[in-house]
Amino acid sequence: MTLDFHKNHRLLFGTVFGLFLALSGIIAVGPALWVQNNNRPLPDSRPLTDEEADGQQVYLSEGCVYCHTQQVRPIPQDTSRYGRASAPGDYARLGPRDLWRQTPSVLGTERTGPDLSAIGDRQPSDIWHHIHLYQPRAVVGASMMPSFPWLYETKAEAAPGDVVVPVPQSHGPDDGVVVAGPRARALVAYLLALKQAPLPGATSTVDPTGSTDASGEALGVRIYGARCASCHQAGGEGVPGVYPPLVDDPVVLADDPTRHVQIVLFGLSGETIQGTTYPTVMPGWAEQLSDEEVAAVVNHERRSWGHEAPTTTADDVARVRQGGPPDEQ
Amino acid sequence: MSGTDTTTPHPTVGRPLTVAKARIDEIIDADHRLTRLVYVYLACATAWLVFGTLIGEYLGLKFTWPELGVAPWLSFGRLRPVHTNVVFWGWTSLSMIGLALWVVPRTSQRALHSLRLAWVALGLMNAAVILGVIQLLAGVTNGAGEFREFVWPIMALFASGLVLLGYNLYRTIARRGTEEIYISNWYILAAFIMTSILVTIAYLPWFQYGLGDTVIQGYYMHQGVGQWFTPMVLGLTYYFLPKFLNKPIYSYSLGVLAFWTQVIFYTMIGTHHFVFSPTPWILQTVAIVFSVGMLVPVFAGTGNFLLTMRGSWRTITRSYSLPFIFVGVVTYFLGSTQGTFEAFRTLNRAWHFTDFTVGHAHLTMYGFVVFLIWGGIYGLVPRLTGREPPQLLVGMHFWLAFVGLVVYVGALSIGGTLRGLSWMSGTDFLDSVRLMEGYWLGRAVGGTLMFASHLVFAWNLWSMRPPALFADSGTTVQRPPQVEPTPAGATS
Repeated sequence: MTLDFHKNHRLLFGTVFGLFLALSGIIAVGPALWVQNNNRPLPDSRPLTDEEADGQQVYLSEGCVYCHTQQVRPIPQDTSRYGRASAPGDYARLGPRDLWRQTPSVLGTERTGPDLSAIGDRQPSDIWHHIHLYQPRAVVGASMMPSFPWLYETKAEAAPGDVVVPVPQSHGPDDGVVVAGPRARALVAYLLALKQAPLPGATSTVDPTGSTDASGEALGVRIYGARCASCHQAGGEGVPGVYPPLVDDPVVLADDPTRHVQIVLFGLSGETIQGTTYPTVMPGWAEQLSDEEVAAVVNHERRSWGHEAPTTTADDVARVRQGGPPDEQ
Repeated sequence: MSGTDTTTPHPTVGRPLTVAKARIDEIIDADHRLTRLVYVYLACATAWLVFGTLIGEYLGLKFTWPELGVAPWLSFGRLRPVHTNVVFWGWTSLSMIGLALWVVPRTSQRALHSLRLAWVALGLMNAAVILGVIQLLAGVTNGAGEFREFVWPIMALFASGLVLLGYNLYRTIARRGTEEIYISNWYILAAFIMTSILVTIAYLPWFQYGLGDTVIQGYYMHQGVGQWFTPMVLGLTYYFLPKFLNKPIYSYSLGVLAFWTQVIFYTMIGTHHFVFSPTPWILQTVAIVFSVGMLVPVFAGTGNFLLTMRGSWRTITRSYSLPFIFVGVVTYFLGSTQGTFEAFRTLNRAWHFTDFTVGHAHLTMYGFVVFLIWGGIYGLVPRLTGREPPQLLVGMHFWLAFVGLVVYVGALSIGGTLRGLSWMSGTDFLDSVRLMEGYWLGRAVGGTLMFASHLVFAWNLWSMRPPALFADSGTTVQRPPQVEPTPAGATS
């Protein structure tokens, strides 16, 4: 028996086997065990509910992960759009689903569409998500995301308890109403649960606009793009019958901005605006946006699209915030 | 114009559109049963190629027309893993194995240990891909980690085939008729050994909670390419290139150097798919450092092949198989070097998450791996069956695939770079979607050319079929049936 790789197949292939196994232990299994065991969920996070966990499976099986990441890198282009840099704790609750399926690989490797780590913060309206899943181009004109109509059903009329999806007429069925199926409801529950829990010791809350250095106009433009444009659209024109336009809206043009600020802070629903009753709910942004940010976005709306309405200040916003929602006054 | 001018023949009249290529110079006297085995492996692989790239073509069109076919099983999210898994486990794997089943016994001067085991492995692997496709179309995924979408019972079928084949080839090499183990067999058997370990580790659950899954995913998706496809096609090329050029490899020692550096360096770099992720920073740095180390086996391997080709350019241009190998070797160099650069944090910042990565994946898997496989098939199969494909169609295959690849990778590399820069400039995300529209269309054009070339290739493979493809014995072969080589130690 010669100790020559060229002539001794046992030695050669035994070495390859041992070497690859050892290197795999050093570079993969060891580090994987280490990151698994030295990691715990963030204190302010919570486990997914059963419905949200089902939604995560819909997210995986429909292949959302191939176009959307769930990892915010610690570089400005990510933190300025998607939230704080992702931390190991954000993933600590992930594990194998059952005996047959492994841990969801949600981090992703491609960003054909935007990152979704904090989509539940950035776009908290379930109805928006339903419209967007049923037909993305109904609310985002330039989108090339596939539509998922098979998660929905079209009924002659909605039954009690149904989640009705107010698809704009241009993109909806000719007759009947679109109702979210159980998989759509689960998926949207999961998307709304995608929020970044604050890191222990961090002082500021999640700020997807990453706009601490910006002020005034630039800040307003960025917040409007990140928070408002998906419903009210980039040009403020809204979506007919679904999301009201801001252009020439009486509240936006009112001399006293108080009502405008109230709506941004505390949301609005069931209101008839210029003769149209909108079925959608506008979420309040009081928890996500600071006084400066609310003032910036309100002023942006009051000075854009030909508007020349009086503006507001952070101090005014603070006073409105203190006053609470109009119903409780 | 005088009348005499019209009667003077134009210089190009009578010159053919294409230059005739050399016909094969030999018919190898091989066991027709082995020939049939190899051919059926290649035929199954090619069926998967046509299916898998039809899906890929369709997916490429969806970037421009997202509403092209709206049904669960026609959706992008379900079909993308079908495309990747079918071309990985169906086409590329089975075609490489088919060629290896001929190269290993040939260079070991010993009949394949067991034809039967090789047929069983083919059945297992085909079953795995068929069941896997059904699983994915039904909307079931293992965990949506790339190339790891098949659930474990299905992947276990594939892995069993892998282990059976590894054992089969090991026994063949162990009883070789030569003293030394030829370098091709180092690469080929090492690929089976490493990939068997790799798949096992990837599917064991105990260290895959939380980010453990991400660490394993980086390791797996990278070694899946780097320790399976790369060493397999390199091993095949260490046989085919000198064989078709009829000259020895430039340097045997360079091949050995490339082998060990490949085994060691490549194993360490999986995490470079997750640069800037929340995985440990040190792990990412190690991956980046060894990505630079990968230049050693890449330069040694490509240098060795190119120096072997030096002085034989005329043979290459007159051959219809060697141009594929030449493109494969050059693309190995370009694609792997590109991979090293993509790992650098400064460049990763711009390129990561964009379609640049998709371009890189096709440059390497297609330009490098698949072109080397095609070179091997066009060189070997006619020598085994005595039937050559129509040369014009081989030329069509080559140019459609090559131009398609250049357009595909060019469009995604330029578009991906611009998209990364757009993200860095902080403009609206939708601007980067609009920016990509033209480049996605360019990708669809390139992809269409590539897919068309696969139809031509499928026809060419059919035209090279062995005379005894459907017969059970060698009665229709022009040469006498081979006597089973006597196993060592047995009396005849």
